[in-house]
Amino acid sequence: MSLAEETSATSMALKNRNLLLGGALTLVFLGAALISFLWVPYDVTQMDIANKIKGPSAAHWLGTDHYGRDILAMIMVGARTSIAVAVVAVGIGMLVGVPLGLWAAARRGSLLDEVIMRGNDLVFAFPSLVIAVMITAAFGPSATNAIIAIGIFNIPVFARITRSGALTLWSRDFILAARVAGKGAARISFEHILPNVLNLLIVQGTIQFSLGILAEAGLSYVGLGAQPPTPSWGRMLADSQTFISFAPHMALFPGLAILLTVLGLNLMGDGLRDIFDPKLRRGRT
Amino acid sequence: MLRYTLTRFLSLCLSLAVASVVIFFAIEVLPGDPASIMLGVNAQPDTLAALRAELGLDQPMVARYLAWVTGLLQGDFGISYTYRTPVAQMIVDRLAVSLPLALYALGLTVVIAFPVGIWAASRRGSVGDVSIMGLTQLGVAIPNFWFAMLMVLVFAINLQWFSAGGFAGWDAGLFAVLKSLTLPAVALALPQASILARVMRSALLDTLSEDFIRTARAKGLSRRQALWRHALRNALIPVLTIIGMQFSFLLAGGIIIENVFYLPGLGRLIFQAISARDLVVVESVVMLLVFAVILVNFLVELAYAAVDPRLRAR
Repeated sequence: MSLAEETSATSMALKNRNLLLGGALTLVFLGAALISFLWVPYDVTQMDIANKIKGPSAAHWLGTDHYGRDILAMIMVGARTSIAVAVVAVGIGMLVGVPLGLWAAARRGSLLDEVIMRGNDLVFAFPSLVIAVMITAAFGPSATNAIIAIGIFNIPVFARITRSGALTLWSRDFILAARVAGKGAARISFEHILPNVLNLLIVQGTIQFSLGILAEAGLSYVGLGAQPPTPSWGRMLADSQTFISFAPHMALFPGLAILLTVLGLNLMGDGLRDIFDPKLRRGRT
Repeated sequence: MLRYTLTRFLSLCLSLAVASVVIFFAIEVLPGDPASIMLGVNAQPDTLAALRAELGLDQPMVARYLAWVTGLLQGDFGISYTYRTPVAQMIVDRLAVSLPLALYALGLTVVIAFPVGIWAASRRGSVGDVSIMGLTQLGVAIPNFWFAMLMVLVFAINLQWFSAGGFAGWDAGLFAVLKSLTLPAVALALPQASILARVMRSALLDTLSEDFIRTARAKGLSRRQALWRHALRNALIPVLTIIGMQFSFLLAGGIIIENVFYLPGLGRLIFQAISARDLVVVESVVMLLVFAVILVNFLVELAYAAVDPRLRAR
């Protein structure tokens, strides 16, 4: 990227409202998760029955839950769980899916390509929730198993997007030049194809990240995610359900945390896509 | 078309066969012996052995797989370990809740998304379009089970228009069923409707910039006439794909929403079966969900090929 292109990308980023708003929201929750390692308003494992189910106040900004635990502190620590699960799940999807996609594209039309793509279709046929239910059923509910379940579902997503991005590149002149220069398929894939599909992967990564947060919340809501006492947003919502008629704040804030984080990531994904692929800007706002 | 249908059908059968192997062996690695769970820790070894033989658990895994698949093909899903009733009957009972719920949610999705997407596309760039698209961003980001809880708070607890949970059963009449299923269906539909409205809008905008629309405009059609008469039909292909995918999301998504509303559907069944180590039930329900997804994809592909002959050539 030349200096001029870089400057225009920066100024585009600054003008892109989606990216700015999304980035800000994402930073807030990343920040909350990071700060929680150093400081939280209250210890999340400490019960305080005298102050249970209190609404927001000066002492507890977002109120307390049915054990008197501070909801703000639990949301901050819960952010760690959500983010960790989603990041590792996206990592699994990329680490396995991207090489598969590159490989399939390099051997386009071969039996290998067919096997990889049919395998992907098969994973797609299992709704992600069902995969998660099967895995947690087999190995027990835990954050790790939630990660594996969400990660498996991410593999075909990244394999597909890498393959389709790579396929259009394989017919380009600079790849031909690399082949003429005697480079093998694997080397071309990693040296020339991968850097050029990176934009696609970053955008998709943001989207899968947000889906991962939603999936983790759903799984821990039904008790298949992180186990107590580890706070997680989904678990907080499950706990709040019994008290919703007289303590709606218990349900409101963790839900808002999920909503805003996912919204932030989605907006950021849209914004990044606009910057990476100006052609697409026409269709969306 | 016949050849295309046949190859797609073969591919469907192959996918189902592979899926059945994956499901069976994935679930068979589950720790815990169903027979000892049923009889408790104090069971006599000979009773245990008798029960294991009765349930077929003493057979080798491959034999059990073959028996399961042959049964499935004949509509015999086996006998539930815990309830001692035919699994097929249990599934039919639960489908009486889950299937109408998924269809109801799908209906709502389409009814909300089509007008919203078309409206936004026809007023592209206006304040209305921008606000609607902002709202759909919220709709995509909202966790549906949380939205469900908020709706319970407002419409069931405070206003008491709908029931907060449970299912009255079909014998109680359509009105009672609607009362139980409306909030869950809305909760399931909202995120999907937001996605579909966005797809509808961008598909329409893509089509509206095509040459044939320019020709139609040049012929004297207004923008609105061109949209309704020419663009809409052509924009439907991507929209149909998404609807096909969404049906499976709705069917599987019910697993969580059924828990919010304590609905006796497939989702509740699968959770109960997992905790009771009722493997036959888990396997059958998962297989059924996967079958539904593969079948819907197959039908969508056929529908495409019927609409667009170019796809058959591939």
